[in-house]
Amino acid sequence: MNTTLILQQLFNGLALGSLYGLIAIGYTMVYGVIRLINFAHGDVMMVGTYIAILAVSVLLLPWWAAFLLTIFATAFVGVVIDKIAYKPLRNASRISSLITAIGVSFFLENLFLVIFGGVPKSFPIPALFSGTLHIKGVILPVISIIVPIVALAFLAILMYILHNTKYGIAMRALSLDMDTTRLMGANVDAIISFVFAIGSSLAAAGGIFWALKYPSINPLMGIMPGLKAFAAAVLGGIGSVPGAAIGGFIIGIVEILAVALFPPLAGYKDAFAFLLLIFVLLFKPTGIMGEDLERGRF
Amino acid sequence: MKRNQILTILSIILLFLFLWYANNNLSAYYIRILNNTAIFLMLAASYNLINGVTGQFSLEPNGFTAIGAYTAAILTLTPAQKEAMFIISPMVPWLQNLHMSFFPALIVAGIVTAIVGFLLGFPVFRVRGDYLAIVTLGFGLTIRVVSNNTISITNGPLGLKGIENYTNLWWTWGFAVVTLIIIMRLINSEFGRAMKAVRDDEDAAIAMGINTFKIKMIAFVTSAFFEGVAGGLLAHLITTISPTLFTFFLTFNLLIIIVIGGLGSMTGTAIATILVVWGSEILRFVEQPMHIFNFTIPGIPGMRMVIFSILLIVIMIFAREGIMGQKEFSWDSLFKLFKTKKVANK
Amino acid sequence: MKKLFSFLAVIVAALMFMTSNGFAKEIKIGVVWPMTGPIASFGQMAWKGVQITKDMEPKTKDGATIKLILLDNKGDKVETANAVSRLITKDHVKAIIGAIASGNTLAAAPIAEKNRIPLLSSSATNPLVTKGKKYVSRVCFIDPFQGAVAAKYAINNLHAKTAAVVIDISQDYSVGLAKFFIDNFKKMGGKIVVKTSVQTEDQDFSAQVSAIKGKNPDIIYMPTYYQALALFARQARQFGLKQTILAGDGAESYSLLKVGGKAVEGVTFTTHYDPKATAGKVGKEFLAKFKKNYNVDPDAMAALGADAYLVMVDAINRAGGSNATSEAINKAIRSTKNFHGITGVLTLVNGDAVKSAVIRQVKDGKFVYVTTVNP
Repeated sequence: MNTTLILQQLFNGLALGSLYGLIAIGYTMVYGVIRLINFAHGDVMMVGTYIAILAVSVLLLPWWAAFLLTIFATAFVGVVIDKIAYKPLRNASRISSLITAIGVSFFLENLFLVIFGGVPKSFPIPALFSGTLHIKGVILPVISIIVPIVALAFLAILMYILHNTKYGIAMRALSLDMDTTRLMGANVDAIISFVFAIGSSLAAAGGIFWALKYPSINPLMGIMPGLKAFAAAVLGGIGSVPGAAIGGFIIGIVEILAVALFPPLAGYKDAFAFLLLIFVLLFKPTGIMGEDLERGRF
Repeated sequence: MKRNQILTILSIILLFLFLWYANNNLSAYYIRILNNTAIFLMLAASYNLINGVTGQFSLEPNGFTAIGAYTAAILTLTPAQKEAMFIISPMVPWLQNLHMSFFPALIVAGIVTAIVGFLLGFPVFRVRGDYLAIVTLGFGLTIRVVSNNTISITNGPLGLKGIENYTNLWWTWGFAVVTLIIIMRLINSEFGRAMKAVRDDEDAAIAMGINTFKIKMIAFVTSAFFEGVAGGLLAHLITTISPTLFTFFLTFNLLIIIVIGGLGSMTGTAIATILVVWGSEILRFVEQPMHIFNFTIPGIPGMRMVIFSILLIVIMIFAREGIMGQKEFSWDSLFKLFKTKKVANK
Repeated sequence: MKKLFSFLAVIVAALMFMTSNGFAKEIKIGVVWPMTGPIASFGQMAWKGVQITKDMEPKTKDGATIKLILLDNKGDKVETANAVSRLITKDHVKAIIGAIASGNTLAAAPIAEKNRIPLLSSSATNPLVTKGKKYVSRVCFIDPFQGAVAAKYAINNLHAKTAAVVIDISQDYSVGLAKFFIDNFKKMGGKIVVKTSVQTEDQDFSAQVSAIKGKNPDIIYMPTYYQALALFARQARQFGLKQTILAGDGAESYSLLKVGGKAVEGVTFTTHYDPKATAGKVGKEFLAKFKKNYNVDPDAMAALGADAYLVMVDAINRAGGSNATSEAINKAIRSTKNFHGITGVLTLVNGDAVKSAVIRQVKDGKFVYVTTVNP
């Protein structure tokens, strides 16, 4: 294996990893604030891609308008899910909200199966995203260049919000101690809704780019990326936003490099993220960027 | 105390009398559902031990049932059958010639699954947090990946076929009753009380000197053992198994059962198992085409799953206790009920 | 008293005669196909094919109407088993046509064997389907043959010396077909330089593509279903792989063209049928009627479904018409020889059809005929 090929693989892994990272941020934020593994998060991403496909093919919007609409609509879906399914259980035992999250995930998957059927739909790709660049033997599809840039841009915006706005500071306070934050006069429910909105809109962005990169979408497409993104969040240190992004990059690169270096292992690809997760729990449960698990603080 | 034991034994005898009647008089369809009920009862009771009694949210049943089913099936298939079936690549020699009768195969299936449970629980229970759910969910998917890839052990996606149909009402209900008795005794032992302590307040449990790691592990490994045995029974009931058979839907069904019955109540689990297994047979009509007056509504495949998931969410929000909450049925409370009624009548 | 008795006897005899001859101008055949669910499009196409041939040959030789009872198996193993037992115990069918997928047919096989009812599959290509069975047969060729045809085509027509093989590790169909291709390709002097795998739901193939690129094989053999194939082709072309992609009959779907777009141009695959390869009177009549009724060309599923029906009717006729026992029909099915069907001339050996295969290719967004390969 020569340098060009290794560079090529690193680049491929980076593109895939930034998609995992975008999804992982939603997991990590929700977990940080209300200590809930939002099993439905991967399915929210799936909902996002279907909204995008409808916006383009039924509403006939230009792609940029369709994507903006998708991001806002998916954020709304995320907030509604929280209001209906999770909020009534805020003071119940943790196991209740986890079961509900599984219920929501299963509901979204099967509802979309009933509505759209199981046959994959092809996602229309705007010409802007379909070209390729050749640099010294390394082939760079345009979409694979855009994805990491967009992911890093989202990350920068998010970090700015978290550290420099009132809402962001309240979110971080909330993740440390919900009751005290409430006593300080913050509107806890509104902040939690905002967290779901941010997480879901990032999932929608992840979903759109996922579909642009792999233009075949079906109602069960969110399961595997969701699981891997969660593994990424734990790897990066759950509760840490930059950690989630880093975890995503690592899992993406490991998946691609392992298969490229050892093609017979390709069949086991989906098990790598899981093994990494076990490995992290065994040796560094707090992850790369995380501090004490019980006191996450983005 | 003695009265209660006699009553329990009497009702078990009554159950088996019914099974004897069913075996001789009911159609194959009803016998199949009765078998399913017993296997689901076993699965749901052991699932409730880890989720309801110990309070650790886990999504293991589909993965563990798969391990049990594969182990038991590989052990009861004859070397000649295996040779004919493994057309892609031959089975590894030491498994190829391994052959056992049904009962020991089931026990080995349980033990193998319990060992896997231990290995899986080890990294998870060392840390606080809800990682068990995501690790077991990932494990269920990984089991599918592994069974597809290890062609010389599992025959890959081709699966195992021609498994002898050993499973009958006596095996399924025999095991279901034994499982319930053992789990009930465990719950009422000092371990059981420690499990409930871990569920209700982990910090307090630690402060009381309870080794939470050990307690969680006991619950999880016990669950794993019985799920493995149930998987073996299932394999010998349906006679062909393949990696796609053990999907997350199995786990989801069990989750609904223990939630409806009440997290932590074995009595509730038993009632809910019967309700859900028979109810989902009845619910099949929602997927069939319907004729109402002159309109024909085409069948919607998958509609049952939508209904189930809505049901789960609604129960969690509005009726978290389920049918039984954390209470159990006991003969004493039954008699008390009668007594208070008599008093009221006077 | 005696008179009354003999009078009654005559009536009873007359009734028996009527029920056995007068009313029984009908023979019941079960059909188990997926009409809903993930592979519904296959079942629906096959059913269209059957209806055309039923129009062409609605009766047996001795004038009995052939009554088809269609049950939906939703592409599911358990549903298939249920449907087959219902057809046998409740509807008392003489024989059954079904199922589409190998896995489903395998689930139905033990029930057919136990009740000694012939089960004739239209498109289950896995060799295990008929292995060791007395009552299970099929009108399609089997995967060892399909793999051999692909290998022969790769070496003789594409002049390939090296090949990369991409297997869908989660489909029995793909794992089997890949093995038979590899065996034959090697036997004919070819070399497999990369063997890698994917899963049906996989979406990122960049690692597999790069691994193949590093070895630069002459062709890529990828016997998977159309979903994975379409995405793989896109990424392969994106990363500059120009080799011909060779596939199996699972590639043939409208979805391949839609998702794959320009990337699947040139994808070549082995399959059962092409309208252009139609020969014989029956085949031409079928093609014309199918086009007239449905406004599209029949595909492999439709043609195979039609063949299953025609072989079944032929077997019933040879077994003695509408009064034939299931046992006799089974014997007749399994001794079918040089039968001129829609997909070619077929002979059944141990329940498997020996017949020619067709090679098709994607060209200008359509499937076109390339050649026919004889056994």
